[in-house]
Parts: sequence; structure tokens; C-alpha cells
Amino acid sequence: MASVATSPQPVPPQALPAPRERVSSWPLIDRICYWLCWVTGIGLCVIAVGIVLYMFVKGIGYLRPELFVKSPSASLRQTQSGGFLDPIIGTLIVTAIGTAVAAPTGIALGVWLSEYRRPRWLARVVGSSIEILAGVPSIVLALFGLLIVSQGFLSFLSQGSPQGSLGESFLDAGLFMALLAMPLIVAATYEALEQVPNRVREASYALGKTRITTIRRVLLPSIRPSMAGGVVLGMGRIIGDTAIVTVLLGLTLKNESVGSTPIIGTLRGTGSTLTSYVYYNSPAGEGNSHEKAYAAAFVLLMIVLLLNAIVTRITRGSEPGARSWWSRFSIQVRSIAGPSS
Amino acid sequence: MVAATARRPNPELAAAARSDRRAELLLGALAFGAFALIAFMVVTVVLKAWPSFSYNGLSWFGSGGNVETELRVMREGTPLPGHGLAYFRAWPLIWGTVITTVVAVVLALVISTLAAVFLTEFAPARVRRIIEPVVRLLAGVPSVIYGLIGILAIAPWINEHLISNSRKQSVIYVVQLNGANLTTASLILTVMILPIMIALCANALAAVPVSWREGSAALGVNRWRTIWRVSLRTAWPAIAAATVLATARALGEAVMLAMVAGGTAFAANPLDGLTFFFEPVRPLAAMIFQESEGLTIATLSHTIYAMAAVLLVSATMLSFAGWAAKQPMKRYGVRA
Repeated sequence: MASVATSPQPVPPQALPAPRERVSSWPLIDRICYWLCWVTGIGLCVIAVGIVLYMFVKGIGYLRPELFVKSPSASLRQTQSGGFLDPIIGTLIVTAIGTAVAAPTGIALGVWLSEYRRPRWLARVVGSSIEILAGVPSIVLALFGLLIVSQGFLSFLSQGSPQGSLGESFLDAGLFMALLAMPLIVAATYEALEQVPNRVREASYALGKTRITTIRRVLLPSIRPSMAGGVVLGMGRIIGDTAIVTVLLGLTLKNESVGSTPIIGTLRGTGSTLTSYVYYNSPAGEGNSHEKAYAAAFVLLMIVLLLNAIVTRITRGSEPGARSWWSRFSIQVRSIAGPSS
Repeated sequence: MVAATARRPNPELAAAARSDRRAELLLGALAFGAFALIAFMVVTVVLKAWPSFSYNGLSWFGSGGNVETELRVMREGTPLPGHGLAYFRAWPLIWGTVITTVVAVVLALVISTLAAVFLTEFAPARVRRIIEPVVRLLAGVPSVIYGLIGILAIAPWINEHLISNSRKQSVIYVVQLNGANLTTASLILTVMILPIMIALCANALAAVPVSWREGSAALGVNRWRTIWRVSLRTAWPAIAAATVLATARALGEAVMLAMVAGGTAFAANPLDGLTFFFEPVRPLAAMIFQESEGLTIATLSHTIYAMAAVLLVSATMLSFAGWAAKQPMKRYGVRA
């Protein structure tokens, strides 16, 4: 024991405590920047907490159970203007149509961009057009949609044009909402497929599987969480959009159905969603009753928070180790950088 | 015998190969369809907008006249004396778009760079775990909610506390000042584009090779200088690309701006000093959003599509610019 202690053995370098760099030893300007970083980080949290708290306080204050079961009606009296049953149903319908269209197409495009990408010029062009689509303002998408659906051969989608209406319906709005959500789904699928190591594909080919079987049975199941994350994110984008609803859904307060067929009639009819209801009831809209706007916005925010929680839940730990949260998140936010990257 | 069966194609394998080929064709056709749709979109919107551009020529982008009056003329169908029905000068709207976007993007660039550095370098794990969902949340809040908060909470506050009565009186004959103005719009727009920029910047900073930073630290450079001189300099192209992407978002924001930007097509004048920040603006996207009821009127709809075409072309060019901005980083072999 004593001999060990007295022996002049050099201490291995790892055993030394690493010298900790103290911020206080930095030059003043560096310290200012350091504290600015902290201030922005904390400031972000304050802003987010502020928004959520404000909506909670205002929203819960004006939220009444009957708002959920009454249809809205145009009235200046708060007691007679009804609730937001129709907007909630409208949001559900539009989101369902949009997701149902965007999810399969988005995943298929992501697969093609990552696994086939032949011919190369087409892959390059398609990659950049998806990127462009991700950057197109939704109001422009809405105007484009209006140009398309007001063509005669698509009149079966809407009630046609009885009194100068240009062809507005849930089907139309849902279809163009799909364009809004698609880039997010393509990006999520593409990036996730790029992360799958090549040996997985090679193993499947070695077993004699064809490309499409490999994709369907091996690759897609392995990236299911990322795809689901992309889809839910796309749903969030659809739910939060107001411009397409305004232009392509007709902004009638109630969901007006066309004809007597129950479901198809509603789908071909006009209506509103929660976002357009909030806009309608804000001081900028015609309804101008901020109590209803707060209540509806609160419900909307709750839906968004729920979707957020779902995305976090789905994507957590799905890609072990390699990618940190911000890369996962930025994959979902940004569009893909083209297949050439 | 054995050789003969081996050479004959196995029917099952052949069927599988055929279905594989079919799937590739199908997916390829879908991809081509997506490209065709987007190309078609650009072409149709520009074509629909063409009458307005061809009537006004390049002075469509210039100033002159009152935008509100010009639009009312189109709605009512009685042209102004000396002008045709399609007479339109979009400068106040374009200026409104440019100024709100530039202010918001510059603010967001500074804030998001600091926040990204904080997240990747300084934040303790516990703080980082809080900020992650916060950024996500800010990205997910619908723009109509931002607009509602802006118009019901921030605008009245600015109106009461920041704009003095004498300031209002000084410009009362030109424009009415209230809480819905350039400052409100730009500030909320900043918050709206922050999450995208933070995510992309943090991603870029995290992609800087650790060895480069360690090399700098080994030379005795402190952490902040290392970030400044090594990380940020390497990640700079990606940060530029993020800025471009955020600019596209800011250009296209319609609903929030329609609610809080003031709704008066007024070309806010920087020479007005401090008053400039309290002058109302009306960006293109917000204008389109608010005038969408007039789409049934032919002349008005051409004008609205012309505004949409300007936005569409700018967004397209920005997405190319974003791609181009990112190229230098690939040269270093850093993927972000």
C-alpha cells in the first residue's frame, strides 16, 4: 500500500481534471454575446409560454359547452350567433380529404425520389418542383385551385356556379390542401429512406426480392415513424391554413350541402373551418365577436398542441442515436434539397 | 436437361420482374405528374395575370394613384378619367411586402443565429429539453391565431402606449395611425418565421465537424471565438439558405398580415422618421386574401392573379436561391 503511494508513478493524463473554461475569463464582448444567447433562448420560451397562457386564459373564459353543439348563424347578438359545431366538422372533413390524398402521393413521391430517381433529369426536376411547391404561398395555391375547379369538367366536385360562385366545396378545398401537406410528407419519407443503410436493401436483394417488394416489405415498415411524423405535420399545416379555406370553401358559416345525398351533398357543398371561423369573428372579419374568436382559437390551439404531442411521441427514438432533434425537426420543416444533394 | 431449365426464365421470377417494372413506371408517372402540375400552376397563373401586365406594362410595378381607388373602380366598372379599367399601380403593395419581410427576416436572422448557438453550444441538457418542444410549438401555431393575438392584444397596446396623440395628429391628413401597423406586423412575422430558421441554423451548426472546433480550442481560442470563427463561418451558407427559405414564408404570409398590417395600401415612408414604424402597410398576400371575393369580376380577377403571379415567381426564385446558397457547404463536405 505504502510502496504504491511512494512510488513515483506518473499520473495518467486522463486522470487530471479537465480544465474548465470559465466564461468570466473571456473578453467583455464575448461575454456579452454569451449572455445574449441565453437571453434569446429564455426569451423564446417566454414568448411561447405567453402565447399559450394568453390563449388559455382568454379561451377558457369564453368557452361554453353549448358552443360545441350549436351551428353558427349570422347575428350580431352574442347569444344568438350560435357555436362552432359546423366549423369543427368542416376542419375534420377538409383534413381528412387532404390527408387521404396527400399521404399516399407524398410517400410514393418520396420513395421514387429516393429509390428509383431514373431518369436523372426527371429526378432533379421533380425534386426542385417539390421544393418550389413547399415555398409557394398558400394563397397562391388557392387561386390556382380556383382556376382549376372553375373549369366545367370539374363541376361535379362542387355545386357548380349558381350565383356567380366559382366552384367552392369541401372536395375542392381538401384536394388543394393536399398540395400544401404533400411537400412535408415527401421530405419526411425521402430523408428517412436516405438514412436506411444500403446493406438493408442489399440483404433483401440477396434473398431474391425485387425492388418494389423490398420497398413495401422492408423499407417502408422500417421508416413508418418518420412517415407518420410527416403526415401528422402535414395535417397540422392543413388545419392551420386559412387562405385555401377562404377561397375554395366559400366561407358560408354553416356547412351547406348540395342535393339530397347526405354525405356527397355535404362534400360538394360549401362550409367553414375553425380557422376561417376565427378570422370571421376577429375584428378583421365580418362577425367581429372576439369572445367566439378566442374560444374557437383556443380549440384550434388545443388541436395543434395535440398534433404536436403526437409528432414528438411518434418520432422520439425512431432513429437511434445518429440524428439529433433539430435535424429531425428541420427535415420536417424544410423541403428536400433535391435528389442531387 | 438441367442447363435447359436453368436457361428458361422462371415464370414466377419473370412475373415479379414485370410487376417491379410496372411499379417503377407508375411511380415515375406520378413524379412526372407532380412536376407537370407545378409547371402548369406557374403557367396558368401567369397566363391569367397576363391581361393586367400587358395593359399596364412595367409600370404595373411602379407607383402612381391610389391602389384602393383603382380596385374600387374595377369592382364598380366605371373607369377613372384618362385611364382604362385595368389601370393598376402596385408599388404600395410591393413596398409593403418588401418592408415587412425585410424587417422580419433581419430580426429573425439575428435572433435565430443566437438561439441556434445557444441550443447547440451553451444550453444545458435540461434547458434544451424545454426549448425543443417550444420551437416546435411556435412552428405549429396557425397564423390565424398569431393574427388574433396581434389584433386583440398587441395592436391595442401599441396604439395606447407607443403612438402619442401628437404623432397621430401630425399625419392625420395623410393616413390614420392605429395599432395595426408596420411594427406590429413585422414583429409577429418575426416570431412566425423564427422556428424554421432556428431549426435549420441549429441543424447546420450541429453538422460542423467536431474536430474543427476542437482544433480551434486546442489553439487556445475560447468557446465563443471558436463558434464565431469556425462554426458560424462553416455553417454560413446553410444559414443563408435558411434565411432565404424564411423570406419565402414571410412573403406568402396572408392571413396574419391581413389582420394586423393595417389594411391601408399606404407606402410607408422611411423619411418620416419614427412615424415610419407606425404607418400602416398592405402586403401583396394580405391584399389577395382580402380581395378574394372580387374574383368573379374579370378585370379585378386579372389584377389579383397578377399579384399572385408576382408572389409565385418570387417564391420560385427564392427556392432556387436557397439551393444555390447552400452549395459552398457541400464543398467542405459538410452535409446540413
